Amino acid sequence: MSRIERFLPRRHLTPVSPNTTPAQDNAPVSLGIDEAPAIAVEDLCKKYRTHWAVDDVNFNVPKGWTVGLLGGNGAGKTTTIAMIMGLVVPSFGRAMVLGHDMATERHKVLSRMNFESPYVALPGRLTVRQNLMVFGRLYGVANLKARIEELIEDFELGDVLDRVTGRLSAGQKTRVAVAKALINDPDVLLLDEPTASLDPDRAEWVRSRLRAYQKRRSATILLSSHNMTEVEQLCDFVVIMSRGRVVAMGRPGELAERFKCRDLDEVFIYLARVA
Amino acid sequence: MPATRMDAMTQSLNRIAAMTARYYYILRSSWLRLLEIIYWPAMQMLVWGFLYTYLYQSKSAMASTAGLLLGAVLLWDVLFRGQLGFTFTFLEEIWSRNLANLMMSPLQPFELAASLMLMSLIRLVIGTLPVTLLTLLLFGFNVYAMGPGLIAFFLNLVLTSWAIGLVVAGLVIRQGLGAESLAYSIMIVLLPLCCVYYPVEALPAWLHPVAWSLTPTYVFEGMRAVLLDGTFRTDLMIEGLALNAVYLGLGFATFVALLQSARHKGGLLTMGE
Repeated sequence: MSRIERFLPRRHLTPVSPNTTPAQDNAPVSLGIDEAPAIAVEDLCKKYRTHWAVDDVNFNVPKGWTVGLLGGNGAGKTTTIAMIMGLVVPSFGRAMVLGHDMATERHKVLSRMNFESPYVALPGRLTVRQNLMVFGRLYGVANLKARIEELIEDFELGDVLDRVTGRLSAGQKTRVAVAKALINDPDVLLLDEPTASLDPDRAEWVRSRLRAYQKRRSATILLSSHNMTEVEQLCDFVVIMSRGRVVAMGRPGELAERFKCRDLDEVFIYLARVA
Repeated sequence: MPATRMDAMTQSLNRIAAMTARYYYILRSSWLRLLEIIYWPAMQMLVWGFLYTYLYQSKSAMASTAGLLLGAVLLWDVLFRGQLGFTFTFLEEIWSRNLANLMMSPLQPFELAASLMLMSLIRLVIGTLPVTLLTLLLFGFNVYAMGPGLIAFFLNLVLTSWAIGLVVAGLVIRQGLGAESLAYSIMIVLLPLCCVYYPVEALPAWLHPVAWSLTPTYVFEGMRAVLLDGTFRTDLMIEGLALNAVYLGLGFATFVALLQSARHKGGLLTMGE
């Protein structure tokens, strides 16, 4: 059994070719076959009144991998991520992060996680420095001043540091939000559309910072995005959702090959129409 | 105390301090906000202060109770502003769409509640202290003449305001911003029942148990005992404190239960949208 197969869902999924093995340049260094996944999503379901927002979703994210969660609007990505964060309790099944059930034991693991989402904003009346200080203290970051200095350098925040966060441009706010998401050097990082409001140049710049962080910390990243180029560049593995279910998963290149498409963009459009 | 427990306590205090700093930054960021905290109590006190002066000088039967009126207004404001301070500080998180950031951090519900209580106290001091001095200066009514009893009154009222604030915050988390108006309106329900301006005997007999189940009733009855008879009713204050301990516990349990319910319902991530 290949390493990828061990992390495949158990049912309701489009199988990945048994010959698939992760490319060596992408494979995480620390990954061992028997190592527990950083994120394990098991039979995950969420029902709102009569509507199943998430319906029997299964996938694992091995430690040190970057996995993309894709799908159209209403596919169930945000609900799935919210359940992985423990902000929503599943109707059935469970989401485990670093071995802890997020519905019942999230407090044990929250200091090792962080997230960024366009649904959430940093307090607009605080300056960037004040926001980073507050969140650094909430996460119990040791040597907080030094860590903030690192983030200022990494995300080029020096010129906005003492400006009120609410008055920054959308791009500057995204940079600050990603900096906040990295303030505690999280082992598990959940990103919902991290570059949605950025121009292509700035988006690539943020992606390069995320790649560097992932490499430095061997962090696990679960990323939701509509930008297929971004997903192809950042992700080792992709999970595609439609109407609350996982309809395909695999390496970006493999998916294109399997669905006889030129790239992931075409795969996405194809699955959105037929799934 | 084991080192790990000590560490956990230190981290917990750090998180409470971080949240208090966050609210302090907001308060500091706008002089208009600071002014607003003082403005309403001051305006209210001016209106009631002039009425007090009129009654006091009228030499009517009402003259002897003029002080009661002003004392009641001041203490009611402690209750009302305490709750508003708690709830409005919490609403800042909803308005700024920051709640999910906090829920995803290691911040525990009791730490959030503790920081909201601290801010409620700070806002109360900012709003109430200048008004009490203004009352003394303009109308010659010295609320501090109530002596140490005033501390017991203040403590009881603040605890009640926090218990109610916790329930309102929980309802906002559970129901969304639709429940926001409760922040302004919930205290008005208490006003006729907790006998702010009249003794419990003024209520119909069937409402007496309701009045005595509300902790502010003990404070306002205690205030009347101090101002009319010059006696401090320790029994009332102890009963009020005991009841407050129960209500504060219930308030926190309700807050946690509503938070948990919101996690089942969904919507924490998009709250404030």
